[in-house]
Amino acid sequence: MHYRSRIGRWIGLALLAALTVAFVFPILWMVTSSFQAGDKMFALDAEWIPSQWHPENFPNALSRAAFPLYFFNSAVISVIVTASNLVFCTLAGYGLAKFRFPGDRFVLLAILSTLMLPIEVTLVPTFLVVHKFGWINSYQGIAGPLLIDAFGIFLMRQSIISVPTDYIEAARIDGAGELRILWQIIVPQCWPALAVLTIFAFRESWDQFIWPLTVVSVDQLRTYPLGLVIFNEDYGTPPTEQMAIAVLATIPVFGLFMLLQRWINRGFGLSGLK
Amino acid sequence: MADVRLNNVVKRFEGVEAVRGISLDIPDSEFVALVGPSGCGKSTTLRMIAGLEEVTEGEISIGGKVVNNIAPKDRDIAMVFQNYALYPHMTVFENMSFGLRLRRVARSEIGARVEDAARILDITDLLDRRPRQLSGGQRQRVAMGRAIVRNPKVFLFDEPLSNLDAKLRVHMRTEIKRIHQKVRTTTIYVTHDQIEAMTLADRVVVMQAGSIEQVGRPNDLYHAPRTRFVAGFIGSPAMNFLDCRLEPRASGLTLHLADGLSFPVPADRTERYRPVAGKPLIFGIRPEHITEFRTNDSSNSGTFTAIIDVVEPMGMETMVFFTIGRREVCGRVDPSSPAVPGAQMRLRINLAQMHLIDSRTDLVI
Repeated sequence: MHYRSRIGRWIGLALLAALTVAFVFPILWMVTSSFQAGDKMFALDAEWIPSQWHPENFPNALSRAAFPLYFFNSAVISVIVTASNLVFCTLAGYGLAKFRFPGDRFVLLAILSTLMLPIEVTLVPTFLVVHKFGWINSYQGIAGPLLIDAFGIFLMRQSIISVPTDYIEAARIDGAGELRILWQIIVPQCWPALAVLTIFAFRESWDQFIWPLTVVSVDQLRTYPLGLVIFNEDYGTPPTEQMAIAVLATIPVFGLFMLLQRWINRGFGLSGLK
Repeated sequence: MADVRLNNVVKRFEGVEAVRGISLDIPDSEFVALVGPSGCGKSTTLRMIAGLEEVTEGEISIGGKVVNNIAPKDRDIAMVFQNYALYPHMTVFENMSFGLRLRRVARSEIGARVEDAARILDITDLLDRRPRQLSGGQRQRVAMGRAIVRNPKVFLFDEPLSNLDAKLRVHMRTEIKRIHQKVRTTTIYVTHDQIEAMTLADRVVVMQAGSIEQVGRPNDLYHAPRTRFVAGFIGSPAMNFLDCRLEPRASGLTLHLADGLSFPVPADRTERYRPVAGKPLIFGIRPEHITEFRTNDSSNSGTFTAIIDVVEPMGMETMVFFTIGRREVCGRVDPSSPAVPGAQMRLRINLAQMHLIDSRTDLVI
């Protein structure tokens, strides 16, 4: 039994190692390719680690199109979307977790059911609404539909449900109103879920492609994923420079993940996500 | 400080009546314990007083003011929860001062009040710690400190000792009593532990199935219960109940129990019990009134012989268990008496302490 369990453990570790390689390999390849010479990336004698490093790929790529502006647009929208999700998903999560009202279960199910709708289904109706608001070609047009997310609401609801109601009642007796209870009593106990929500909301809006493509048609409002496509189409750019942009685009999400990693591991455990 | 008055208070949860029209007057500075088995409505009653549950019908007033529609924070009450509900991300000082900060009390006064309360509770050294760094007993004190600093009109306690081990519970019980004697704030204390209720409270309210069974001072409930439920609930070990009937005889009444046991009813009870002679009744006697036989016993004693099933030595007393008509009966004998499992023992019942219960109404006669 002991022997078999050890074998099982080694098989498990081997599988995990294989999966890690499968996930890490494309990222490593992206990083090394971004330093390759322009003609080397798809060459038959491809080098995994460049014999000659070409850091000039980065300034070259950035100078070809208005990438600093695209990154700025992506950053503004992602920060707005993340902040908005943190606020509104927490508020909605609190309402659904700790208050009973007629139709509360129906509201939760309705919110969760939106998770099942693919973007192809919602794209046109959302476009029509945004158009009606006169938000085409604007920051609010790009960010608006992303300001609150069903997954975020569910995540926060699950996290807040686990906060004992006695804390809330004690705070009510202490003299706190509902908003104060939320920010001063509940939120400090939900950091893991908030960290997960931060990284999810940021990555979701940072990487958005189809929606900005639909709602933006002017160069000044392009986000970096749009820029990357245009970059490829308009300039016939070497793939190594595309990789350089991809590396730069990964840095904010990667940095945020590293910053919040401690909390994210705990948050996954909390929400039952794995 | 203030009096608390409940007038015909009803609470229904989706058609289920959890509290069935209870009325209770609690004068200023009294310590009242609500006691009863789980599901009897005691915690719901407390939560209605706190404002954490809406009152379905009836009125609750604190300090002469009806509070039915007043938010918990405006009722000027403080509550200690079963699991203490100390905010885990705040230090002891922050926990204790949270309510005062919300009420915009001056910073210097907050400091003074917290220090005062900390001194009373002997937790001055713990003010910088977080709840997870405290033991159960220390958390309990902090929870009480949070209530004391507010200097409220009424303290509400919801089973505050049930998470502590037996020894600490006894210690904290004394502490709570000492603190009440010092601050004299009107206190309503919910517990399922009748010993806690008896030892702490000026008056005990026994509840069952959403209604009040009896209200009285601890000794009155113990010695003069009005119903079978109160007689059985108050006292540990519980009162013994045996089916019985009374038969008139020339100079009084005779009590007949199972197994052919019969005893004369004390003369001073004869008139009270005569109307129920012949009816189905329940005889109630507390374990301490079944003792070993002594030669100098009074005339109100009935003696009998029982085969002892179980002997439980407790040190200062020994509990003996035997059966009368298949019902288990508990007696309390002197530790020096020769109680041996399986052996016969001569016992006596102090009939002057007997209770008779109408088996149809469950009321004590």
